[in-house]
Amino acid sequence: MFRQLALTLRVGIATEPPRSFPTLPALPLEDVGPRLSAQIQRIFGRSLHIRQVDAGSCNGCELEIGGLAGPHYDVERFGIRFVASPRHADCLLVTGPVTLNMAEALRRTWEATPDPKIVIAAGDCGRDGGIFQGSYAVLGGVAAVVPVDAVIPGCPPSPAALIAGLLDALGRRS
Amino acid sequence: MREIGAPAAVVGALAQALLVALAAPLLVGLVRALKARLTGRRGPDPWQPYLDILKQLRKEAVISTTASWLFRLTPFVLVATMLVAATVVPVLVTRPALSFAGGIMLLMYLFMLGTFFLALAGLDSGSAFGGMGSSREVAVAALAEPTVMLAVFALALRTGTTNLGTVAERLGGEPALAAHPGHLLAFLAFFIVMLAETGRLPVDNPATHLELTMIHEAMILEYSGPYLAMIEWASAMKLFLYMTLLINLFVPWWIPTEVTGAGMLLGMLALAGKLVLLAVALAVLETAVAKLRLFRVPELLAGSFALALLSVASVVLLR
Amino acid sequence: MATSLHVLMALGGLTVGLLGFTGWMGDARALDVPWLVPLSGLSLRMDPLGGFFLLLVGATTVPSSIYAIGYARGARRGLGAYALFVLAMAVVPLAANVPTFLLAWELMALASYALVLTDDRDPAAVRAAWIYAVMTHAGFACLLSGMLLMTAWTGSLTFADWPAAATTLSEPARNLVFVLLALGFAGKAGVIPLHVWLPAAHPAAPSHVSALMSGVMIKLGVMGILRVGLEWLGVGPPWWGVVLMLAGTLSALGGVLYAAVEVDLKRLLAFSSIDNIGIILIAVGAGFVFHSTGLETLAIFALAAAFYHILNHAAFKALLFLGAGAVVHGAGTRDLEAMGGLIKRMPWTSAAFLVGALAIAALPPLNGFVSEWLTFQALLQNGRIPRPELNLVFMLALAGLALTGGLAVACFVRAFGIAFLALPRTEAAAGAQEAGPTMRAAMALLVVACATLALTPTLLLPPLGATAARLLGDAAPSSREDLLTIAVSGDFATLSMPVIAAALGLGLVLPFVLLRVGHAPSRIRYYETWNCGRLLQTSRMEYTATAFASPFRRVFDFLYRPERVVEIEAHGESRFFVRRMVYRNPTRSLVEDWLYAPLLGAVRAGTARVRAIQSGSANLYLIYVLAALLVLLVLA
Repeated sequence: MFRQLALTLRVGIATEPPRSFPTLPALPLEDVGPRLSAQIQRIFGRSLHIRQVDAGSCNGCELEIGGLAGPHYDVERFGIRFVASPRHADCLLVTGPVTLNMAEALRRTWEATPDPKIVIAAGDCGRDGGIFQGSYAVLGGVAAVVPVDAVIPGCPPSPAALIAGLLDALGRRS
Repeated sequence: MREIGAPAAVVGALAQALLVALAAPLLVGLVRALKARLTGRRGPDPWQPYLDILKQLRKEAVISTTASWLFRLTPFVLVATMLVAATVVPVLVTRPALSFAGGIMLLMYLFMLGTFFLALAGLDSGSAFGGMGSSREVAVAALAEPTVMLAVFALALRTGTTNLGTVAERLGGEPALAAHPGHLLAFLAFFIVMLAETGRLPVDNPATHLELTMIHEAMILEYSGPYLAMIEWASAMKLFLYMTLLINLFVPWWIPTEVTGAGMLLGMLALAGKLVLLAVALAVLETAVAKLRLFRVPELLAGSFALALLSVASVVLLR
Repeated sequence: MATSLHVLMALGGLTVGLLGFTGWMGDARALDVPWLVPLSGLSLRMDPLGGFFLLLVGATTVPSSIYAIGYARGARRGLGAYALFVLAMAVVPLAANVPTFLLAWELMALASYALVLTDDRDPAAVRAAWIYAVMTHAGFACLLSGMLLMTAWTGSLTFADWPAAATTLSEPARNLVFVLLALGFAGKAGVIPLHVWLPAAHPAAPSHVSALMSGVMIKLGVMGILRVGLEWLGVGPPWWGVVLMLAGTLSALGGVLYAAVEVDLKRLLAFSSIDNIGIILIAVGAGFVFHSTGLETLAIFALAAAFYHILNHAAFKALLFLGAGAVVHGAGTRDLEAMGGLIKRMPWTSAAFLVGALAIAALPPLNGFVSEWLTFQALLQNGRIPRPELNLVFMLALAGLALTGGLAVACFVRAFGIAFLALPRTEAAAGAQEAGPTMRAAMALLVVACATLALTPTLLLPPLGATAARLLGDAAPSSREDLLTIAVSGDFATLSMPVIAAALGLGLVLPFVLLRVGHAPSRIRYYETWNCGRLLQTSRMEYTATAFASPFRRVFDFLYRPERVVEIEAHGESRFFVRRMVYRNPTRSLVEDWLYAPLLGAVRAGTARVRAIQSGSANLYLIYVLAALLVLLVLA
C-alpha cells in the first residue's frame, strides 16, 4: 500500500495537456449527422457520459479507448466519463463494422439510451466497414443501424485523436 | 436545554437540510478528484457532480416495461429519507432542529428505509443484475447493523444518551470523556461500517463497470434522467451524512451550540476542515486497497463487530 | 350460513375487544359458575393484563372473520372449530383458577388442531397436525405438572392465592415450578428449540386462522410466562430473566435466519413469528432482570416495550398472513419461486403486503419501528445494573437484536420482491386475480391499525406502563403530557413519530413539486429492461428466491448445513451432452438434527427394549398383575 503512495508522490501528475497532442491539426473530424447542434453541445459541453459499444470490432479501437482512462490521456478531466449502462449514457461510442449478430443488440442499446443522445462512430470500421467493407457478415458502418452524429476515423484512432474528436464534437476545442 | 418555538424549528430544519443537500455533491467530487491525483491523473473538477446532476435533470426518463409504480417512487423515498436524516444529524450546531425526533437509531433505520426501497427497485425491473445488487446490498446492510448498535451502546455508556445532539454536546464540553480507548475502537468500527454502507472500497467500488463486481451500482442500472439524478444525489447525501456523523460524534470540538452569526461561520469552517481531512483519509484508503472478494466482506464486517465489542468491553471494564 | 357465522364472529370479536379494552383501562370484572368446570368450577377475573390480551383476541378476530367471509367462500368445514378456537382464546386470559385455565388451554389446542387439519388430504398438513398435537400436549404435560405442584404446595387452585403463598416456598421449589411452567408456555409461544410445530402448522391452516394463531395464540404463551414469573411466584432471581433473554435472542436469530432462506411464503411468515416472539421475550427477560435487581422503573419500561411489540406484531403479522392468503388464493401456490409480477395483477394486496413488510422490518414511520426502538432503549439502560455478567447478557441481546433487525429487512425485501415484482414466473401467477372485497376490507382495516399504532405511542405507553406496573406490584409511573414525543429517562433518548411521519411526507412531496415545476423529466419513454441487448427477456432471467438468499446461506452455513444436490441427465450417446440438470440446495434444520432426532431415536430404542415385556403369553401377564399387586400392598 505504501509503495503505491510513494510512487505517486514521486512521479506526480502524469497527464499530458491537450496542446501537446501531436496529431491535432492533421485530423479532420467528420461531421456526419444533422443532429450535432449547438443545443446538444450546450447540454453536454461540461458533462458527457459515454457508453462504449463493441459492434463486432477487432478490439484494436477498444485498446485505444481503454487508454483514455489512464494517467497520460485522462479523459475525466474534461468531464467525460464512461458508464456501464446505456440508461446512464448521453453518448454511444460505437466501434466495429456492425456484424450481423450485433446489429439488433446495437439497435436495442440505442433505444435504451435516453434522449438527448449522440452517437459517435470510432475507427474506419465504424465509418464504412473499414477493411471488412463488403463482407457478407457486416452491415458496413454504424450508420446502417443507428443515426450517427460524428465519426472519428483511424485504424485504430490513437487516444489523442479520440480526445481531439470528442472535444470537437462537444465544441470544446477552438 | 434550549427551548425553540415550532416555526424556528421548522426553519432551522429546512436550512440544515438545504445545506446538506447543496454541499453533498461537492464532497463526492472532492473524493473523486483526490483519488485521481493519488493515481497520477489530473482528474475531474471537484464541482463535476453538480454538472452531472444538472445534465441528468434535463434528460428524458426511460422506464422498463416490467417495472411498477415502486420503481418511480423509490428515488423520492431515497431523497426524503436523506433530507429527514439531514435534519437529525448534528451538522452545524450540536442540536439540530429536529434532534428531538430521534437519535442514532432513527438515523440508521432511515438509511435502512432507503436501502429497502432501492433493493425493491433493483428487483422490480426483472433483470438479473438488479436482483444480484439487491441481494448483496441487503446482506451487507444486515451484517453491518450489530456493529452500529454496539458502537452506539459504547457511546451511550460514556455520555449517558443516544440523542445525537446531546452526545455531541457532552463530548464537546468534556474532552476528557473522549480520551478513552473505547472511543477510538468505536470510531474504527464505525469507519468500517461507513465504508460498507456508503459503498466505498474495499467493500464496493463506486467506479466499476463490471456488473459482477457491483453492489450499489447494480441496483441503479435501470434508472435514467431526473430519477438517476435524484438517486446519485441521495447517495452523495448519504456519504456526507455518514462522514459528518463520524466526525461530529467522535471528534466533536468547535461545533457551536448556539445559532449565532460568528458561531455559524466558525462551525462551517471547522466542519469543512474536518470533512476535508476525512475525505483525504478516505481517498488514500481507497487508492491503497483493492476491492474485497464479495464473500470476504462478511469477514471484514465481523472484524468491525469485534472492534465494537472490544470498545464496549473497555468502556464497561475501565469505568 | 358460513357468512353469517363469520359476521357473527366479527361482531363477537368487536364486543370482546371492547370488553377487554375496558378491563385494560382498569375496570375489573369477575364471573363465577361453580358447576361448569370440574374440581372448582369456572372462575373468570379480568385484571388489566387479562383485559389487554382479551382486547388482542377480540381486535384480531374482527379482520380475520371479515376476511374469512371471502376466503372460505361458504365452506362449512371448520366453522365450529373456528368459533371454539376464538372462544377458548378469549377465556384463557381471564381464567382465575387451574381447571378453567387448563380446560380453556386444551380446548384452544384441540380447536386449532382441527383447523390445521382443514385440508386433510394433504399429507404435509396431516404430518403438521401430528407434530403440533404432540408438541402442544408435551407442553400441556409441563403445565399440568407445574400447576398441580403449585396447587399441592400452596393448597389452593385459585391463582390469586398463589403470590402470597409463594413467599413461603423454598428457592428450589419455586425454580422447579418456574422451569416447568415456562417450558410449557414457551412451547406454545414457539421459542427455539420448542418451535418445530410452528413452521409446519401455520402454513397448513387457512390464512385467517394462521393470522389468529400467529397474532394471538402464541402471545398467550408469553402471557403465561409473564404471569408465572412476575405474579404467581413473586420476585424471582435474575437468572430467570437471563434465561428468557438468551432464549429470546436465540429464537430471534434462529427465526429470522430460517425465514431468510425459506421458499414457502407462509412458512417464511411462521419463522418470522418465531423471530418476533424472540424479540418480545428479550424485552420480557430484560423486564425480569430489572425487576429482580430492584430497578422498577426500568422494568416497567421494558415490559411496556414488550406489550407494544405484542400489539404491533398482532397487527402486521395478521396483515401479512391475510395478504399471503390472498396471494395463495390468486396465484394458486405457496412457493415463492412460482410467483412474480403480482403487483400489477393484485395491486391492493401488494400495497397492503408492502405496508406489512415495512412494518415488520421495523422501518420508520411504521409501528414496528416504535416497539423496536423501545426495546433497544430498554436494553441500553443496563448500565444501571452494577453486575458485569448481567451487562454481558444485555450486550449479547443488543447485538442479536440488531442483527435480527437487519436480517428482517433482507428477509422481507426478498419476500415482497420475489413474490410481487418483475415478471410472473409461472402461468398461474400470470393469471392471478385480485382478492375479493371482504378480503381487501380486512387488510385495509389492519393497515389502518398499523398506521394508528405507529402515530400514537404517546397515547398508548401510559396505559401499557400502568399494566406493567400493576403486574409488578408497583405504582403506575407518572407521565409527562407531551403528545408528540416519547422521552426516555429525561434526556437519554427521544422519539417523535408524528414529526418523523410529517417530515418524510414533506420530503416526498417537495422533490415531486420541484420536478413538476421544472418540467422534469422532459419525457417518459417505456422500453424493455436493459439486458445487454439480448433478444429475449423472460422470467427465467430474473433473480430467484434461492439465489437472493445465497449470501446468507454462505455466511451462516454452520447453521444451515446446506446440501448441494445436482442431478445431471445426459444424452444416451455421450455424457458430455447434458439433457437436463436439476440443482437443489436444501438447508437442514439444526434443531431437528441435533435435538429431536437423537431424542426420538433414544425414545424408540428405549421403547423397543421395553416391548420385550409384551411377550403375548397370558400367563406372563397374570404374573405381572400379581407382582404389581404385591408391590402396591407393600407400599401401602
